[in-house]
Amino acid sequence: MRIGLVALALYVVYACSVLDITWGRFVLGLGHGARFVSRMLPPNFAPDKLELLYGGMIESLQIAIIATAVGVLLSLPLGLAAARNLVPLPLAWAVRALIALFRTFHPVIVAILFVKAVGFGALAGMLALVVASLGFLSKLIADAVEEMSMQPVEAVRATGAPFLSLVIMGVLPQVMARFIGFSGYQLDSNLRNSALVGLVGGGGIGATLFTAFQRFDYDFVLTIVLAIIAIVMIGEIVSGWMRRLFQ
Amino acid sequence: MDASRPVTPAAAEVDRSLLIRGLRKEYRTGQPVLRDISLTVAGHGMTAIIGPSGTGKSTLIRCINRLVDPTAGEIHFRGQDLARLQGRALRAARRRIGMVFQEYNLVERLSVIENVLCGRLGYVAVWRAWLRKFPPQDIDRAFQLLDAVGLADLATQRADQLSGGQRQRVGIARALMQEPDLVLADEPTSSLDPKTSVEIMELIARHAGERDIPAIVNIHNVGLARRFADRIIGMSKGAIVFDGAPQALQDSHLLQIYGGEGWLE
Repeated sequence: MRIGLVALALYVVYACSVLDITWGRFVLGLGHGARFVSRMLPPNFAPDKLELLYGGMIESLQIAIIATAVGVLLSLPLGLAAARNLVPLPLAWAVRALIALFRTFHPVIVAILFVKAVGFGALAGMLALVVASLGFLSKLIADAVEEMSMQPVEAVRATGAPFLSLVIMGVLPQVMARFIGFSGYQLDSNLRNSALVGLVGGGGIGATLFTAFQRFDYDFVLTIVLAIIAIVMIGEIVSGWMRRLFQ
Repeated sequence: MDASRPVTPAAAEVDRSLLIRGLRKEYRTGQPVLRDISLTVAGHGMTAIIGPSGTGKSTLIRCINRLVDPTAGEIHFRGQDLARLQGRALRAARRRIGMVFQEYNLVERLSVIENVLCGRLGYVAVWRAWLRKFPPQDIDRAFQLLDAVGLADLATQRADQLSGGQRQRVGIARALMQEPDLVLADEPTSSLDPKTSVEIMELIARHAGERDIPAIVNIHNVGLARRFADRIIGMSKGAIVFDGAPQALQDSHLLQIYGGEGWLE
């Protein structure tokens, strides 16, 4: 334990020296930071800027909502196909591997790939967030299905129900409330990430923010940041409200 | 598919007897839970299977509707070997076999009437289940059955709000909703108090009797078995050790079935 702590401390010192992280640079950075913050104030609410902000925000919202909707729609069958108590094991494992792949990379990295694949703009950002939603929702659904009670499923199976009817009447009622809760979280998370994917070319408010940085419009940057905070908070309230409604 | 149309067989002509031959089940190879059971059950009346826990009663009954796949043997019912069926044919056979469970096995978050309508899932198309658009005659019958089991007022309640006895009544209504040719019941009273247990057994006996269909009931309670069954089968260690009328069941048989002595006093 003690040896480990000493080794860790030594390594931190070594890494700082390699990366040229020094106290002097930090103090210098504080000065830059103060100047940066002072240039952000007051936030810029000029009508032409607000128009830009509005356009970017709407696009981000659309990206987030479309990505959530598509993700929810696709993750349900995917999650069911990954549940080991419902489908043959080889299929469940194959689908679980696919879901793990979706979850491997941060949405920003996936967004970079999609920007290269389909070009700059909202489509790339939307696709990146669909992948993120699939990774999150499918896994949670699969886990929820594996935790459900098999007794009603057995009873419905005993009535001679075809597989899809079994899922509709025996499985979904058991997991639907949780699924709606997960979807609320995902909408919340897609709202945040829709700003991120824009930074790497995925459209929306992130693109507006990136441009504002490039042009040193720091007062407009603050406006955008405030707007993003507002949207994220609203998203949190809405998703919490959704969860309560479907409890 | 004519799935949405309820199938109404000419009751009198159907042979509902069940013929089991050489039925064996091994969950682990070399450790049979059922040891080559052979058994004929007549096409009417109640057969009670008694025996200690873990003796294979539940496995036997689950082999009949293939919730458990037998390792070997034949199960002949209505001209088919149930042990060989797969896919669509298996589902078609299952929908004519109603089953009542110890833990009721209702879908807790569905309403009582939806649980009863689950008994039609083998007959109706998937989209009807999805939209909850069951054929009107099915809905009428579901309400009639709820009335018949004494739960007419609770149709729209969620199943998780019912008491144990009420849940089992829903379970019975769901099984009858299948228009079964055979009713299987796996310890239907083991989770219920004595009075409710009698009511539930009465209900199963009455409805199977009215429809003239056979019922096979696993049951711990020897008293209930004697009171309601026309025939008692005693199982021990995966084999049948008694088979006869309730009057023929003596204490010596019970000793053989359950082992030990002190508990009989």
